[in-house]
Amino acid sequence: MASSASSPVRLLYDVRVRAVLYQVVAVALVVGVGLYLFGNVSRKLAEQNIATGFAYLSRPAGFVISQSFISYDSGDTYARALLVGIFNTIWVSIFAVTLSTLIGLVVGIARLSRNPLLSFLALIYVEALRNVPLLLYLFLWYALIVAVFPPVREAWQPLPEVFLSNGGLIVPSLRWSSAHTGVLAAVILGIALAFVVASRLRNRRVASGQNQTGWPLILAALLGPPLLAILLLQPDFVINWPEKGRFRITGGVQVTPEFTALLVGLGLSASAGIAEIVRAGILSVGRGQWEAARAVGLHDRQTMRLVVLPQALRVIVPPLTSSYLSTFKNSSLAIAIGYPDLVMVSNTTMNQTGQAIEGIAIFMLVYLSMSITISLFMNWYNARVALVER
Amino acid sequence: MVSATEMETLNLVRADLPPPRGREWTARLKPFLGTPINAVITLACLWLIYRLVTGAWGWLVTRAVLEGGPQACKVGAGACWPFLAAKLRFMIFGFYPYDEHWRPAFAVVLFLGAMIVSMIPRFWSRRLLWLWLAVPVICGVLMYGGVFGLPVVSTTNWGGLPLSFMLSSVGLAFGFPLGVVLALARSSKLPAIQVIAIIFIEVVRGVPLVSILFMASVMLPLFMPDGLTVDKLLRAQVAIIIFAGAYIAETVRGGLQAVSKGQHEAAAALGLGYWLSMRKIILPQALKIVIPPLVNIFIGFFQDTTLVTIIGLLDFLDTVRASLRDPNWQGIAVIEGYVFAALVYALFSYGMGSYSRFLERRLKTDHDRSPAH
Repeated sequence: MASSASSPVRLLYDVRVRAVLYQVVAVALVVGVGLYLFGNVSRKLAEQNIATGFAYLSRPAGFVISQSFISYDSGDTYARALLVGIFNTIWVSIFAVTLSTLIGLVVGIARLSRNPLLSFLALIYVEALRNVPLLLYLFLWYALIVAVFPPVREAWQPLPEVFLSNGGLIVPSLRWSSAHTGVLAAVILGIALAFVVASRLRNRRVASGQNQTGWPLILAALLGPPLLAILLLQPDFVINWPEKGRFRITGGVQVTPEFTALLVGLGLSASAGIAEIVRAGILSVGRGQWEAARAVGLHDRQTMRLVVLPQALRVIVPPLTSSYLSTFKNSSLAIAIGYPDLVMVSNTTMNQTGQAIEGIAIFMLVYLSMSITISLFMNWYNARVALVER
Repeated sequence: MVSATEMETLNLVRADLPPPRGREWTARLKPFLGTPINAVITLACLWLIYRLVTGAWGWLVTRAVLEGGPQACKVGAGACWPFLAAKLRFMIFGFYPYDEHWRPAFAVVLFLGAMIVSMIPRFWSRRLLWLWLAVPVICGVLMYGGVFGLPVVSTTNWGGLPLSFMLSSVGLAFGFPLGVVLALARSSKLPAIQVIAIIFIEVVRGVPLVSILFMASVMLPLFMPDGLTVDKLLRAQVAIIIFAGAYIAETVRGGLQAVSKGQHEAAAALGLGYWLSMRKIILPQALKIVIPPLVNIFIGFFQDTTLVTIIGLLDFLDTVRASLRDPNWQGIAVIEGYVFAALVYALFSYGMGSYSRFLERRLKTDHDRSPAH
């Protein structure tokens, strides 16, 4: 044994030696190709006199961004501009995911309706959205918005001080201050507190078997922090009224047609996928579960909430995660209709500075880290709803 | 009191007895008008369907502009058919020389023919592999020319539907082997190889396709050695292959996991090594499972090829948009153009989707014949 293992040819046939050999070759290949490409890049960059590094981030950007959720003007730095882009991406994704989940839930349940007309209409909805590229829909919605609504000079006023035109929807807004941010934080805190209190009460009810009236406590938890914040911070309520000038409308808050088209396009296209996910989830719960729930005396809504939905969620959550992730990634199509998301701001930055590698590296890193965050969160949620095997 | 529907759900009504005579038509109407809410839903659906059908009919036929030029369409309220007639060939073939249009047309017919042949289970055999080696080469030679007296048409003039078909099918053809290798690497027991595969797959799947296309169009030229320039179309194609590979890898990995452990053990017991057991035992079973999801992935790629417009390639969606921007027709037939493009994409996607469902049913019945059930 010992003598044969020492022979170099026999050594090659040893599975463990081969395993090490394969891995060394693979790593050497990857590192070699990487070094070769890196060498090419650095030589070309030096030849073409392109600057490298991230120093440009602190220089003024000098371009205007049509919509931003944080304060920005063209004198701000490139870093600030990219931050605006990131926020724009996140905002439109959050709205689109919410919209698609709501519509998808309704359509998915409609697909299972016993009324053949309703389920047929739901089927048409799903097929029409699934079989046509998202980008085409984005162009179509954008074209429709521009075609249907009047130009800014003849803006409709469905309500006083609300302007609707192909330049977007403009509504009066609150002049925002840090006090308002504080109140908003308090509202979120209140909602979180109410959830905690509600789950505590439920656990106590399950443990003791006694039904106590808990809603005053929950209401106090919900409203307490915001009221306290209003009393302490004293935010002033100054309304920023939109004003119609000759060519454009100033003041107020504006929802641009680009944002609307992107939101509608992303939301509707994803809703078709979610409808199918919801349908498959509910179908996965066997008939026996419905019948057993009826047999123990639960009515339809209780059956849905306590028996069917918890089991359906196990099937629904994993594909729902990938649907949310792809909505988030698809928001990068914004560049095609001119909504200033991360990719579009990066593209402008790259065109101005010529530093393509840094620009692409930044937005890929941002997307990657956010994708990982979303999937970690959804995995945590999935672990909560997943079947606990005993 | 127990209502009739509750009696039925509680199984108080004997379902095994035939329904009372003369009540068939009421039974048939029941799903539509069973309860008051259901009746309201039925009426609402009927109204919606009526509005959709009459609206579409009015726009497409009764109010449509059937002949004339841009001026007639500007005045008319319905669909503009002359626009389609005037722009159809440009939308399909892009800037490919007008007199040579028969070449991409023939290539598309050849490609679709090969696809239909390989979709029919009766023709499934090893010979299909040769067909798929030959067809892309023939299509490529037809499109590019330079032999048999065909004038050369550079790839910058390729566009329209042939380009969309090419990007998605070549993407799948090269992405598939890449995906299988990546899937094997990811489920390998060798840590270094596994890590390389995981990083590649997760990075590609974690970023949008747009960013990979950007990388291919902007960064790839910097990575190439001096003097080597890569065609723009080829760069986009490489991006799509990489993207396809990562997604196919995850699908194939699902198939690999679905093959039971006993198969691995049986192969090892027969004395088969890794490569032989993969080739002869595991992969054939795993790949069979993943055929339907692969068809769905292909539909996705066909739709995703539209993104190449963002880096300035003239795919079908972009030739349609270019027609809309034609000075003669600008702003006149926008909706018509998009609806036409949507119908073309929908027709293809729906056809492939139906095929995927057919495959799923067929493969499922094969499975259910196992003696265990």
